[in-house]
Amino acid sequence: MTAAPSSAIPPHSDHLRLSLSGITKRFPGVLANDQVSFSVRPGEIHALLGENGAGKSTLVKMIYGIQQPDAGEIRWNGAPLVIANPKAARKLGIGMVFQHFSLFEAMTVLENIALGMDASIPARDLEAKILAVMAQYGLKLEPHRIVSTLSVGERQRIEIVRALLLNPNLLIMDEPTSVLTPQEVDQLFVVLRQLASEGCSILYISHKLHEIKALCDTATILRGGKLVATCNPAVETSRSMAEMMIGGSLKDIQRGAGRQMGAAKFVVQDLCLPKDGPFGTALKNISFSVRAGEIFGIAGVAGNGQNPLLLALSGEAVTSAPAITLDGVHIGATSAKTRRLSGLASVPEERNGHAAVPEFTLSENTLLTARDRLGMVSNGMINAQAAKTYAGEVISAFAVKATGPAAFAESLSGGNLQKFIMGREILQKPAVLVVSQPTWGVDAGAASAIHQALVDLAATGSAIVVISQDLDELLSLCDTLAVINEGRLSAPMPVAGANIEEIGLLMGGVHGDATPSALPQESAHAH
Amino acid sequence: MRIKLERRPTPSRMMLIVTPIASVLATMLIGMLVFDLMGIDGARAVKDIFLSPLLLSYKWQDVALKAAPLIIIALGLAVGNRAQVWNIGAEGQYVVGALAAAGVGIAAGTAGGFFIVLAMVLTGVVFGALYALIPAILKTRWNVNEILSSLMLTYISLQILSYLVGGPWKDPNGRNFPATAPLTDSQSLPLLFTGSTVHLGVVIALIMPFVFWLMMSRSVFGYQVRVVGSAPQAARHGGFDAKQTIWIAMLIGGGMAGLAGALEFTGASHAINLGFPSGYGFTAIIVAFLGRLNPIGCLIAGIVLAVTYVGGQVAQTTVHIPNATAGIFQAMMLFFILGSEILVRYRPRIVTTAKPAVAGE
Repeated sequence: MTAAPSSAIPPHSDHLRLSLSGITKRFPGVLANDQVSFSVRPGEIHALLGENGAGKSTLVKMIYGIQQPDAGEIRWNGAPLVIANPKAARKLGIGMVFQHFSLFEAMTVLENIALGMDASIPARDLEAKILAVMAQYGLKLEPHRIVSTLSVGERQRIEIVRALLLNPNLLIMDEPTSVLTPQEVDQLFVVLRQLASEGCSILYISHKLHEIKALCDTATILRGGKLVATCNPAVETSRSMAEMMIGGSLKDIQRGAGRQMGAAKFVVQDLCLPKDGPFGTALKNISFSVRAGEIFGIAGVAGNGQNPLLLALSGEAVTSAPAITLDGVHIGATSAKTRRLSGLASVPEERNGHAAVPEFTLSENTLLTARDRLGMVSNGMINAQAAKTYAGEVISAFAVKATGPAAFAESLSGGNLQKFIMGREILQKPAVLVVSQPTWGVDAGAASAIHQALVDLAATGSAIVVISQDLDELLSLCDTLAVINEGRLSAPMPVAGANIEEIGLLMGGVHGDATPSALPQESAHAH
Repeated sequence: MRIKLERRPTPSRMMLIVTPIASVLATMLIGMLVFDLMGIDGARAVKDIFLSPLLLSYKWQDVALKAAPLIIIALGLAVGNRAQVWNIGAEGQYVVGALAAAGVGIAAGTAGGFFIVLAMVLTGVVFGALYALIPAILKTRWNVNEILSSLMLTYISLQILSYLVGGPWKDPNGRNFPATAPLTDSQSLPLLFTGSTVHLGVVIALIMPFVFWLMMSRSVFGYQVRVVGSAPQAARHGGFDAKQTIWIAMLIGGGMAGLAGALEFTGASHAINLGFPSGYGFTAIIVAFLGRLNPIGCLIAGIVLAVTYVGGQVAQTTVHIPNATAGIFQAMMLFFILGSEILVRYRPRIVTTAKPAVAGE
């Protein structure tokens, strides 16, 4: 068997650009892909849909040559072959834009692109090529800007340009919109449609169903490593695709009738925090107020100050005393431990190594944040039985799939560990709960359980702050919403009747009182 | 065909126990081969080094005396290592602890008895801890690497020792040898049995591992040390102060080394001369790792290392190998134990792949 040259495309129209048959990949303890077969035609935008852990990433890693299938066959333009490594994939004309960018923050756009090229091209020629590609697809990017000064959307454009310079026949996009504002998503779709119309196939990985409906011609749905359905997104509903994805019916959030909000419980006033490194974000005069029973959402594109904000609220970073008030008491200058004792619980974005210690058992992990509130400590000694009992309570109340309190945190899947961490905080009945990315990387079933738990906690009179990049999550969960951009928080707005267009512009960094609709789209990006 | 390391879903508890034992066995095996190649009876040498101290009952008290300081120092170092604090200067803290005890003894003049001996030992602990405080301050204030600062302080302590024993503290009746005057019985640690050399310090070394085990596995402080070591961000989230943990871990390491020095001085050597620093502080690093940073493990590992010390002396006379041989064996043991640690979290797997045509070639 020999590899077909990438340019030899047979003329007949029903020819397949890429076809997979019986692809199987096994990792220790998991069957990541089980007999997956599907194919992509030239010019087709093909969605790969599935929950976290369904096997989407493994599948595309095999197409891009990062991993090798244990069984099955990959055909490229009809010829079976082995894609030994990403360099071989690029040579075939397969480009990939990863969810996490591989860019050097301190270097320019041009330098970053040059570093990613297989062939060495003189900088002048490369710049001309880049400018040509950008003009062709209407991508706006300044080649000599330093990457650290660019927005996430602009950084993604670097990766796209890098892929387009290869004249790809197949472009793989892994969760490309998770970090973009709604306006940036629209611009991306224009580029992708233009590419498809020129004959480039696109493999689009996402779990955002409305995007797939808007963009894709075909959707292949994976669940637990198996292909469960191939459908036409245009004729399916978002709900029907979601149910195929999770293999069951979708639960809506149940809100108690006649919910009442109490007095302001958690007040943040002019919170400032200097940045913690050259590429960090400083917090600038953040003010908001959350009432008892209210869920307050903070939207924003990643890297706009969400992490420092969580640290400042949880007490891991200390600010001035009056900046944070809980039930009328200034707690801005107190430690994380004191804040927790006064009723403030928090869940940071990163599960492993921040919210939980991977090498510790679940039992030991309850001690991390619950030891003082739940009396697990006396005279400096740990009451291991109390920790074990509490871990057991969390496991059963939140349906955490684990072998028991003695299971190591690292042995749990992301969704289960997240349920455990959320449960550990919620069952402490905190007066205020601050959570960041509560459902990041969590499957739909676990996500809806977590959302329900937050709503239930709010119903008991707690004030809840949810920091998330997932706008859909915030819109369905929160009562009030504000947007964080470059360390500044917008004025809060009620979610009922919120204007998505306006939120998107705020996410992109448009401040001030100009009417959002009057602004041209491009101003959404900081130039 | 190639060998791949696969991450285990959870750390293997079996490997945690098997790898230290296998490391000792591998050391014996390789040692045997090396000696044979050198034309020395390898089997005999390994038997003398590893087994004779256990088989000959008159060597047991030597083993106990050597194991005691190793265990005590290793317990303190293991606490620091758990918190990712790398105190390499236990030897210096050991020396300073012994000197402090000697200072109290000299200041007390002819007075002696329980309280004087207690004061000598406790002063040794305090000064050992204070000596370890220097790298702790340097690390937390200016981010100075504690490995370098604590190691360099060891050499400073040796200079202090040679100044004191050669100058102000020199024994006036000592024929001008640089050494302190030998302790009187009333300033010495009591012996366990008359006629033996085994002193109270050995009992302390046997009790301490259980105290430390309780502290590390049952107390909030032990929890704090483990969290700071394995997930510093989580420690901050849980409300633990990383700097405070570094300070306390260093103080415990220095205090234990100081204790070992004071006990060695008041219980075994009774005088400090230029040969007093015998490398226990460095060997204890091996003990801590061979014991997997577990206090009970340190107890067992301390005995194993003491056996190699005593056995090294035996082999010196029987197969005429240099005293440094014991050091080679100890180093080999550390090499194997550190090298095999990966098996706790990973398992090796042999993969065979047959490949069809490869694209792009």
